[in-house]
This record gives sequence, C-alpha cells and structure tokens, in this order.
Amino acid sequence: MSVILILILASLSVAVAFLISFIWAVRSGQYEDTCTPALRILPDDAAEKNSASGSKPKSSNS
Amino acid sequence: MCFHCGEPCAGDAFAQDGKPFCCLGCQTVFHLLQENGLGQFYELNAAPGTRIRATTVAARYAFLDDPVVREKLLDYADDQRARVTLRLPAIHCVACVWLLENLFKLHPGIGRSVVNFTRREATITFAPDRIKLGELAALLASIGYEPELTCAETEAPRPSLVRKKQWLQIGLAAFAFGNIMLMSVPVYLGLDRFNGPWFRVLAGWLSLAMALPVVTYSASDFWRSAWWSLRQRRLTLDVPIALGLAAIYGQSFFEVLAHRGPGYCDSLTGLILFLLCGRVFQQKTHERLIFDRDYKGFFPLAVIRKTPAGEESVPISRLQPGDRLVLRHGELLPADAKLVGGDAWLDYSFVTGEAEPVRCAPGSHLYAGGRQIGGRIEVETVRPVVQSRLAALWDNEAFRKRRDDDLDSLTNRYSRRFTKLVIGLALAAAVFWLFHDAAKALPVFTAVLIVACPCALALAAPLTHGTAQRVLARLNLFLKNARVIERLAQVDTIVLDKTGTLTTADASGVAFISAEGGVRKADLSVEERQWIGSLARHSTHPNSIRIAKSLAVAPRPVSGFQEISGGGIAGEVAGHEIRLGSMAWLEKCGVSGRNRSNPEGSPSAATTLPVGSHTGIAIDGVWRGGFQLENALRPEVEKLVARLGSRFELALLSGDNEREAARFRALFGERATLRFNRSPADKLEFIRELQHGGRRVMMVGDGLNDAGALRQADVGVAVVESLGAFSPASDVILDALQLPRLAEVLAFSRQAARVVRLGFVISALYNLAGLSIAAAGLLAPMVCAVLMPLSSATVLAFACGMTAWSGRRIFALSKPLGASTSPARLREPAVKWIEGA
Repeated sequence: MSVILILILASLSVAVAFLISFIWAVRSGQYEDTCTPALRILPDDAAEKNSASGSKPKSSNS
Repeated sequence: MCFHCGEPCAGDAFAQDGKPFCCLGCQTVFHLLQENGLGQFYELNAAPGTRIRATTVAARYAFLDDPVVREKLLDYADDQRARVTLRLPAIHCVACVWLLENLFKLHPGIGRSVVNFTRREATITFAPDRIKLGELAALLASIGYEPELTCAETEAPRPSLVRKKQWLQIGLAAFAFGNIMLMSVPVYLGLDRFNGPWFRVLAGWLSLAMALPVVTYSASDFWRSAWWSLRQRRLTLDVPIALGLAAIYGQSFFEVLAHRGPGYCDSLTGLILFLLCGRVFQQKTHERLIFDRDYKGFFPLAVIRKTPAGEESVPISRLQPGDRLVLRHGELLPADAKLVGGDAWLDYSFVTGEAEPVRCAPGSHLYAGGRQIGGRIEVETVRPVVQSRLAALWDNEAFRKRRDDDLDSLTNRYSRRFTKLVIGLALAAAVFWLFHDAAKALPVFTAVLIVACPCALALAAPLTHGTAQRVLARLNLFLKNARVIERLAQVDTIVLDKTGTLTTADASGVAFISAEGGVRKADLSVEERQWIGSLARHSTHPNSIRIAKSLAVAPRPVSGFQEISGGGIAGEVAGHEIRLGSMAWLEKCGVSGRNRSNPEGSPSAATTLPVGSHTGIAIDGVWRGGFQLENALRPEVEKLVARLGSRFELALLSGDNEREAARFRALFGERATLRFNRSPADKLEFIRELQHGGRRVMMVGDGLNDAGALRQADVGVAVVESLGAFSPASDVILDALQLPRLAEVLAFSRQAARVVRLGFVISALYNLAGLSIAAAGLLAPMVCAVLMPLSSATVLAFACGMTAWSGRRIFALSKPLGASTSPARLREPAVKWIEGA
C-alpha cells in the first residue's frame, strides 16, 4: 500500500520543480515581452553571416 | 526607389554600389552599416530604413549629459556600465530589431542591447567612459532611430512589477488546482477503499497545504478589495466572493480535521484560478499606446538656448524667464514667449484647434504649445513653463479626480442586491435547520455561502468586456480598460471636435483651379504636376506640404530653390522656372499672361468655394492657375453624422472661427448645437454643463486643445492619424480611418452590455439550483466540484461566443461602410479637378 505514498511524493516533487522553474521564468522577465523573441530568431546567425555576406550577398530582398 | 527607406528618388545623384538612394542621409547609413558588417539589415526586409531627414547634430543631444537629465533617464549606472531604456518610435520590423540588437558593432562602447518590439523600446547597456548618453542618442538618430525624449519620459514610472505578480498568482493557482484535483478524483471515485481511510486523510491535509498559498497569495487581491469596500460601506462583488472563499476554506479545514472527507479545496483553487484568468483577460492592455498623457508628453525634453558663448541645448526644466530660445521648423514652443526675430508662423492647432498657422509680428506674444512652421525664429521667454496658459488647463479638477473606480459598474449594481439576498438566504436556511436539526444548521449556512459564491457572475463581465476589447482592437480602436465598454453603452450625447477630427488637413482638400477658368484642357499635365510637386517638396510651409502630398509624383531634381518668406517658393525643374506662392507675390515677380477680362484669376471658381486659402502657380513667368486648399471632411463623415444624429444628441465644438458654420449646420441639422471659437477651457465647461443636465457625454477629439474635454467626458475618444503617435489623455484611441464606424462601435458596446446581463441571468440560475441543494443540506463535495466549474464554463462559452458573434454580425454587416472603402478612396486621384463656372 505504501507504493502510493512513493508515487504521490514523486509526482509532487516533479510538480514543485516545475512550479519553481515557472517562478524563476516569471522573475527573470520572460513574460515581460512575448513578441520580440519570436522576431529575434528570424535573422540568420551573425557568425554564419559574416563569412557569407562579404563575398556573396543574397539576392532576395523582399 | 531608395534602397534604404523605399521613398521615391530624384535621379541617381546618391547611387552607390549600383543601389539608388534618395538622399545623402540614407546613403551614409547604408555605407556605415556595410562597413561594420551589418549589411544583413537590407536582406531581412525590403527598404527597411526610415528616411534620414537631416544630418544629426551631436550637440542636439548634449543636454542628455546634464547630470539631472541623465539621472532621470538611466535605469542603472555605475562607473563602468550604464543602462538606459529609450523609446524609438521608428522600430517597425524584424530588420530594426536585428540592427538595434547588433548595435555594439557600431561602437566599442556599446554592450548588450535588447529590443521590446511591442513597446517600441530598446534597453541599451553602454560604458559611460567610452560613449556618453548624448553620443549614444545621436548615434541612434543618425541611423534613423531618433529617440523620443519628452518631459513625460523622465517622470513616467515603468509598470512591470504588477504584471509579474499576476503571472505568479495564476501559476500558483493552476499548480494547486491540478495537483489537488489529482488527489480528489480517487476519493470521488471511491478508489481510497483499496488504500484504507488514511489516504482520505492524507489527501485532505495535502490539499489544505497546497490551497493555503493560493488562498493567501493568489487570492490576496480579493481579500484586499473586499476589505476596502467594506470599509467604504459599499457592497461590491468582491464581498460575497471573499465570503465564499473563506467559507469554503473554513469548511474544508473542519471536514479534514474531523476526518469526514477531503474538503472542497479542488473547487476552491479552481474558482480562484478562473477568477484570476478572467481578470487578466479583461486587463488586456495595449502597451504601445499611451492613454494617460498630459501636456508634458507633447513637450520636448530640451530646447536650444542662445547664450553669448553660442547655442546650447538645455532641459526645459531649467528654462528661466528671459532666456533666448531658437526654434526651428516643427518645434514646439514650451513656454509663453515674445518673438525677437525671424519669420514666425505658429501653428496653434494643438492648443486652440484653429487649423491655419498664424503669422506673428516681431515683438508679439507667443503662447506655449505653438509649433513653428517654416524657418528659424528666435524668442525670449516671458514666463516659466508651468505658468503658461497651456499648463493652466491641467490644473482643472477634471484632471485630478481618479476615474478608475468601478463602484458604478453594471456588476456592482447587480451585486449589491445579490449580496444582501445571499446573506439573507444563508441566515434563513440556518435558522430553519436550527429548529429542525440543530447539528445541520452550521454546515448548511456555510454550504449556502459556498454555493452562492458568485464565481460565474464575477466572470460574466470580465469575459464579455475582454472579448469586446479584442474585437474592437482588430478595428484599430483601443480601450484604456474594459470598463470603458460599459460607459460607451450608456452614452446619449456625442460631442465632436471639428478640426482634425471631422476634417483633415491632408491632401484630399487640395483643388487646382486653372487660370483659364477651369476649361478641361487647361488642367495640369503630368509633367507640370511633376514640376510643381518636386518644387513644393522642398518647402516646409504647410501649404507646400499639402500640395506636394496631393500631387504625389516622383520627384525631379530642383535647382536654384529659394523660399521668400511671406511670398512663396521658386526654383528650376527640368529647365522650367516654377513659382508657387501668394497672388500678390507672383504679381510682384512680374508674372504675366493673366486673363485680362478676369483679373483675379478665376474669381467665379473661387467664390463658389469660399473656404480655405489659395496658392498661385506660375510656370516660366506665365500665370498657370492656383491651388485652393480647404479642410476636407474625412470620408463618410456625412453618413456617420446622419446615423449618429438619429439616435444621439449631437454637438460640434471648434476652436476655429465661424467661416464654416453654414456648411456644418447643413451637415448636423437644426437640432444640433454648434459652437465655434471655443478655447480648451470652454470645451471642458461645455461638457460639464451637459453632464449637469444628466447627460452621458462622449467627446470625440484630437490634439491638446481637446484634452480637457476628453478628460471631463464620460468617454473621451482620441482620433489619431497614426497609432503610436501623440494623443492626449483619453479612454479610447481610435484610428482616424475607422471614424466612420463609430456608430457601429456604439451599437456593439450596447450589445456587449446586453450579453453581460444575460450572463448574470445564467449564473443566477446556477446559483439558484446550487442554493436549493445546499439549503436542503445535500451539498456533497463532488456536487460542488462539478457544479462550480460547469457554471463557470457555461458563462465563459456564452460571454465569449456571444460577444464575438455579435461583433462579427455588427461589423460585417457594415463592411461596405468601413475598412473596405477607405483604401479605395485613397486610391482615387488626390487632386479634385474642378470644372469652373
């Protein structure tokens, strides 16, 4: 019967871990701006770009 | 088309690397970005830049290094590092975000920069010993992102902590709700029989433990607000909610203590979660719009002061009476002053609503809030900033009272009766059981309180208002908060401002009148339009700007451009000498070929349209005709006024003189009140009188001159040409293009109020069912756990669905009226070709 105790303990500790990570995420300001990060991933990485852009600029502008 | 900003180019004068540029500014930015390995900017978007209008003078931002100003602007500073958050209205696309976050490549003193796209802000970390704040601002301006620096900027607090707390509250409630439910379900299903009675007890204590932070932290706003309204002796909806929450937790505690069951903690946390979600849903804010802006938001942070040593940039707060200031085109006068030198054309439309700029003679008194148009002028301040006539408006009590109290809202009027009823019922049931079965009296009392907890009722209004806010935001109509919907529904009188609201001073009011009296063949040819447009582009006079806009041509190079103040402009385009200016000036320049029989140009055409001002045109010294400029009505205003007039009392207020009175009398009909020559204070007073007469007033206006009236009115609607541009303090910000839809917006808000009332009825039915169960003493935790979410879900589906549906119905029916026709009108030729007498 005590197996249910272990299960409850395990599930609660996982849930609490998620709760703590949620609190951390809110505190570190990840919910402040939910729009810009989506735009930020669109450009290619700067490191990749620097080697390519000097010699062969992409033709597509639109 | 310019490779940097996308504006049409005049020739190949600034081409570089085979790419066309419209001006030296754009070319310089391109060069700068290429040199620093930021060429990717141009691959992220076609012509992503903004036009660089003037080369940036670093000295212009020198005032930012003044310790007082610096202190106010910086978020953080020590010897090595400083951080500043600047509002950059030019941010508009992915490329902007990318460029600004790679700003460190442009200057070694700049560290990390983070852009907030919705707020059009960039937070930049920099080393103050390597780049000064003023230099940073100048650098941003030089690549096209001019920081918006107004007086309000240094004073506004940044709202962020509050929202963090809301997220935490919701997260905590959701966590507890999920986990308590996980333990309650086995109990409800009878699975605890396999584990023995200790599981029931354990589940109960664990639930209580998890619900405790939810009750104390997540629900803290309900306790506070209930306590506040009890102290004010007002019954708001939060009182029965708090009562219900306390009853549920207390009851659960005793049941667990007495080993009778797992308690109602699952219902409790679910309820708090729903309530919090409803609140957040309603509090949808439009972060890039600023609703509470006073005159300080219009004033620049600094002006240029002339001293014996030269010119310097000083913060406005340091201005003294007697200071000599220099104002350039488009700059605002921050304090009452005396004109010392230069050709002053002051545009007081901000302050008075008068559309035409006023010519001021040297020595005359200039009022704060005027905007200089044309060349450079010198003034001497006579009064400090805060004592100007403009600032005096803000001393009015209308600006001091807080408008956010919701004691009068629909929900609270309803809940006053509701609360009394619930407490009465609970007492009656308790008394009844006291005589029949005394042991049941207390449980029934709390059960009634629990079931009557008006969760669904509390959700009806937030969900409806939140959905309505979203529907309206899609129409580019933004509400300061959701409660405005309720006030919109109650409006019975509408006061409209004229200049800038009903009329617009843009290209549509420009008409060409040919010198030959309007014979069709004498209209401007395509080349002539191009010549005149190219010339007019070079001038900053308001008439020139409007003419250039209305002609909308690809510019040609202009040589020998000159502007004669009080006269006009002249220059050579494609080998032709073009002159544009006042009739008297053209005559003085020896313009010939005027129709002898008709010495006034075309007086017949001019007299049929008695409003507006005229600008003459001469090509190669030959009289060609003239432009007539009038303040055109916005599209479909006639229809709007007719529709509003059938239901509401209408009034028109204008700071302008009465020359257009007849035209608006015809438009508004005999019953409406028309008032002209109103000062901002008069407008405010007019609204107040209406309100004393028991009217619910909506004021529709724009600009600073309406700010007082907008604030005093029950609903203040600010009409703006571009979102994110300056707008005075208001409850609603409306895109000018959507003005014709105002009638539908009002109909929609009445519909929303109806949905809220129906939501009340539904939740009352649930409460009634629950109450009859509870009063009979039959309320089991499982019944409660099913009934409460069910009632909330029903109200949620009804409120959101019904509001969205009525929004679609109301705004789709009128589609031909609004958005679909406005762009079509813009595509029409902007110049009206008038066939004269």
